[in-house]
Amino acid sequence: MSQKKQNEGKFSNVVLYVTQHWQLYVIFLLPALALTLIFKYIPMGGILIAFQEYNPFRGILGSEWVGFKYFQRFLSSPDFMTYLGNTLKLSIYGLLWGFPMPILLAFLLNRIESTGIKKKIQLVLYMPNFISVIVLCGIVRIFLSVTGPVNLLFGSQINFMTMPEAFRTIYIASGIWQGAGWASIMYTASLSNASQDLKEAALIDGANIFQQIKAVEWPAIKDMVVIQFILQAGNIMSVGFEKAYALQTDLNMGTSEIIATYVYKKGLLDGDYSFSTAVGLFNTVINVILLVVVNKIVAKMNDGKGL
Amino acid sequence: MKKKSKFARYSAQDKALLMTGYILLGLFVIAIIIPMVYIVVASFMDPITLQNKGITFDFDKWTLTAYQRVMSNAQIWIGFKNAVIYSIVFTVVSVFITLLAAYPMSRADFKGKGFFNTIFVITMFFGGGLIPTYLLISNLHLLDSMWAIILPGAFSVWNMIIARTYYQGIPGELREAADVDGANEMVFFFKILIPVCTPVIAVLALWQFVAMWNSYFDAMIYLRDSAKQPLQLVLRSILIQNQPESGMISDMQSTAERAQLAELLKYATIIISSLPLLVMYPFFQKYFDSGIMAGSVKG
Repeated sequence: MSQKKQNEGKFSNVVLYVTQHWQLYVIFLLPALALTLIFKYIPMGGILIAFQEYNPFRGILGSEWVGFKYFQRFLSSPDFMTYLGNTLKLSIYGLLWGFPMPILLAFLLNRIESTGIKKKIQLVLYMPNFISVIVLCGIVRIFLSVTGPVNLLFGSQINFMTMPEAFRTIYIASGIWQGAGWASIMYTASLSNASQDLKEAALIDGANIFQQIKAVEWPAIKDMVVIQFILQAGNIMSVGFEKAYALQTDLNMGTSEIIATYVYKKGLLDGDYSFSTAVGLFNTVINVILLVVVNKIVAKMNDGKGL
Repeated sequence: MKKKSKFARYSAQDKALLMTGYILLGLFVIAIIIPMVYIVVASFMDPITLQNKGITFDFDKWTLTAYQRVMSNAQIWIGFKNAVIYSIVFTVVSVFITLLAAYPMSRADFKGKGFFNTIFVITMFFGGGLIPTYLLISNLHLLDSMWAIILPGAFSVWNMIIARTYYQGIPGELREAADVDGANEMVFFFKILIPVCTPVIAVLALWQFVAMWNSYFDAMIYLRDSAKQPLQLVLRSILIQNQPESGMISDMQSTAERAQLAELLKYATIIISSLPLLVMYPFFQKYFDSGIMAGSVKG
């Protein structure tokens, strides 16, 4: 009885709060909530077509259910391992090469004493971030073409864009060229907040650079590094479509065809809606699993602190 | 007494290490600058010199042909106009909705916060994917409408978390002062909170603008009408698909000449299309650190 009364009391409290603060719900939150429900949650419902023989004219309600047919078709196709491997290799190598770069840049920038020089270097380092994917890939294609400046410089005639074995290197190196400077911002910002006194003290103690980094700089950015790592490692399957697609040529497909580009071609170019949705769902599920696993592992190594 | 430079106080070993580091940093900076300078210079070359010898600093050989041809092309300007419209509308809508939503989510007393937070955060890691989203847009009759590329991404959970964290860092006295005056939520938000949030607003606006300006995927799948295509799609056909807009090279007699010219036009196209953002971003640099730090405090 008293429990019920208490619940009623809680409920009327909530009603009172909501009526008093209706603006918070209706004016502030509603636009974001509506967009989220319409453009994120309705498509989640649309995932059902992965288990159907989807027919656009009959809609989700009228189409025939086929269970896991399309998942089986994908998993048993000879291309499956190629595309999965391409996706994983591209993003894991990308992470291994790309992740330490911004941290390294931040350590170096942090030790430049003249703020004027530091600002100028940062201005240059950030610049490539503002070039679009299309322009970046355009530049890469021009520079690496048979008649392009790289071949002109070495007097060679290598067509890099048609070499499957060059694709990952091109993708990852151009990614570092474009993104490492920009990604270093958050590390430099936390480093400049690290206590100046501590730095001085370490220097006077005669600590060498590695000891200083260990005692002063690493603690200042550690949390940030952990979060960034979990987010990036947990997003391994969602390696960017835009760039892979813009760097693809008919001849480098052996390494450049990743799950995202395959989903696009199957779904929107071939109109194979159900199959494409199944492949996409497979990709998303693996990604979520990876995120949870990485988060667990990192949390264990980091005294229980994860996301 | 003059303060000794910090560098002088390092041991010999550390000095060597640091110097190696600085040299690598210098090489990285050079690796960024050289391609850019090359592109700028190449855009002024005449097509034949460019193909045979690359760039020269022999100014007699410099021409403005490439710029004249690219800038007299209508499709480039249509793309520019569309990109400006889409990017501005997207930035305004997105930043406004995000700032609004972050306000209740930043308040300790807001009832339902945990529930709404869960709803939002799930979408960061799980989604319907390409085809279900495409079918939704198509069912809403938004194909070939600018809203197809603006609305789905207009509310960014990540940016909401950043704005929320920023609000929470603002001293509580501001809020209390407003309560004394009997200001309601709207007045407090627009008159008191927003004006002190300039750095985070500047950063979010820049991010959204750059993101829309530079993306092509959504436009590629939702906007087929060439009159509606943003700049990046026009660039895609010139730079990636090797299909210069026909008017640009059609007066050339031989295929070889056309190919040389097409190659030259790419350089000028890159410059013209990238210049607006490259000129704009240094003005935002002072906000980068503070705005980004706001988001780095654990959300």
